[in-house]
Amino acid sequence: MSALAHVPAPGGAAPAPRAPLARGRWVPYVLLVPGLLWLAVFFILPTITLFSTSLQTGTLETGYSLTWEFANYTRAWAEFWPQFARSLFYAGLATLAALIIAYPLAYTIAFKAGRYRNVLLVLVIAPFYTSFLIRTLAWKTILADNGVIVETLDRLGILQVLSFVGLTADDRVLATPLAVITGLTYNFLPFMTLPLYASLERLDSRLVEAAGDLYASPFTAFRKITFPLSLPGVVAGTLLTFIPAAGDYINAQLLGSLPATAMIGNVIEAQFLRVLDYPTAAALAITLMVVVVGLVTVYVRRAGTEELV
Amino acid sequence: MADAVGDLRLVRLTKTFGDTAAVDDITLTIPQGSFFALLGPSGCGKTTTLRMVAGLELPTAGAIHIGDEDITAMKPYKRPVNTVFQSYALFPHLDIYENVAFGLRRRGIKDVDEQVTAMLDLVELSGYGSRKPNQLSGGQQQRVAVARALINPPSQQQRDEPPRAHDQKQRPHMQLELKRIQTEVGITFVHVTHDQEEAMTMADTVAVMNEGRIEQLGSPVELYENPMTTFVANFLGQSNLVDARVVDRSGDHVVADANGHRLAIPVHRMHAESAEMHVGVRPEKVALVSAVDEHTVPAGHNRLPAVIEDASFLGVSTEYTLRLPWGSPFGVFAQNLHRDPRLVPAADVVVHWAPEHTFALDASEPLDAGLEADTPAGQG
Repeated sequence: MSALAHVPAPGGAAPAPRAPLARGRWVPYVLLVPGLLWLAVFFILPTITLFSTSLQTGTLETGYSLTWEFANYTRAWAEFWPQFARSLFYAGLATLAALIIAYPLAYTIAFKAGRYRNVLLVLVIAPFYTSFLIRTLAWKTILADNGVIVETLDRLGILQVLSFVGLTADDRVLATPLAVITGLTYNFLPFMTLPLYASLERLDSRLVEAAGDLYASPFTAFRKITFPLSLPGVVAGTLLTFIPAAGDYINAQLLGSLPATAMIGNVIEAQFLRVLDYPTAAALAITLMVVVVGLVTVYVRRAGTEELV
Repeated sequence: MADAVGDLRLVRLTKTFGDTAAVDDITLTIPQGSFFALLGPSGCGKTTTLRMVAGLELPTAGAIHIGDEDITAMKPYKRPVNTVFQSYALFPHLDIYENVAFGLRRRGIKDVDEQVTAMLDLVELSGYGSRKPNQLSGGQQQRVAVARALINPPSQQQRDEPPRAHDQKQRPHMQLELKRIQTEVGITFVHVTHDQEEAMTMADTVAVMNEGRIEQLGSPVELYENPMTTFVANFLGQSNLVDARVVDRSGDHVVADANGHRLAIPVHRMHAESAEMHVGVRPEKVALVSAVDEHTVPAGHNRLPAVIEDASFLGVSTEYTLRLPWGSPFGVFAQNLHRDPRLVPAADVVVHWAPEHTFALDASEPLDAGLEADTPAGQG
């Protein structure tokens, strides 16, 4: 279809009057101003402040001054690397779980839901109508020690396996890594589902038919055609899940047990709001940002979806 | 893998969507190795028929056989049928080489290089193997789609009609190419199109479809020279049709009365059930003389008086539009052998033609059946 759209523009159209043309040239820039202002005030400026804070020394009483104290970073890394590692591990597992849950869901909505498609899409987004905190707190009840889920897992012997690999402890789910990962998975599931749905929905079903016509079984057609063509959605969905999950601290705080399940978000929160060690908190925040950007770059390069870089 | 080889037979094939029958009780045999065209306006059920043969649509009733094998319920990926899709449906993430190799690889063939290279040669795309589909022109994409289907013999190939908007200049070339490839490879080719010219150029056998049924099936010449329904007469080429009544059935000619004029029709060209019929003749089969020269019309010819309304000189021929006494138009294509200067607009004339060019159709269909359906190229 796109080939048909490339109708050569009438080259020698009558030259437009000069004044409107000159004014027209500025329109895109004018339209960019609100967004650029927003970015400058709420992203670029805070990032610069944060970076400068991370290189300061001093105390709350005496005040801080910029001394280019790069040792703030090495000290922060030495002390908090386990929380970093834990954050990436939890976020990674949650992203994987979300992908496994969201892909069949998005696939069903895109190809099988028929007239219920819009209803199902609303249901995917519906949890957003409740506050993030309340939804996370609700999982405390769902995963309660004497609740159905824990009992069922226990009876089926799954709890023992989970205990063995270290995801749960003491015959309970609440206050364990599993609870945190479950919460993260649940909270960021829509961010995985929607991009997946978007890329599957625009997939030309005739390509799948063509694959079937060329001797590909339904499974092979999925493996060779549908999945590769949905990769942009997979990449977008995993990024939208992994990035916020890696920086999250609510799930670890409400569903986990600090400090055993503390993620880097919890550390940053504590350093900023309770310990009041601003330079360390800022160094950790900057580090998290750099690590995530680095991981994302490598991931997107490997996935080969150039349009996202 | 089904290796069924043989004629493709559709037996009482029916497909209904809701209350409407897209394909209505079709029975036909497509001989192995033939180039077969399904011709009809959009919505006539030709694409649905194709999709049922490919296995992309399950028939509501009826059966599909290839040779002795019933493939009606066979999964699409097990059928020895390959389709060139209307949209080409090339895999955008695979290069041309892998697109063409796709079918071979799915059948577990490891060493595909020789065949893919040969196939790219056949469609004149050697050297394009590493490109992606979106780097090719429409015509090149079409050839990839053909190559991708053709690489899988022994099989039936089907081709859904290509979009018309691009490569108009290349199309005659492409049609001849397809015909050449089909002859070279010797496979059965089912071509779906609404373009009568395309169907007549390429196909050995054409089936004209309308409203889910086959109106008429035969070689392009048969269909053109002896149409059996008003739809075919109008859809394939042009026809002059006049309302008439049978007055005499004796002998090897039927005589009909059209507003007081007697027209003779050979019995084997009578396709009307009742006495009410449309009598027709193709515009290039008739001759035109000035009314004063009516005595020169050969005896036994069918003749009608008319007035010239319009004359277009086209170089090799002149196209006349006449008006019959009762107001119907009548078209004449006259070769410019010797032009009569009296044949100008407003002149009284007589059109005449040999009875063996006359055909008679059942009047149950309206006179203009098949006319509105034939959208001019470049539209629709």
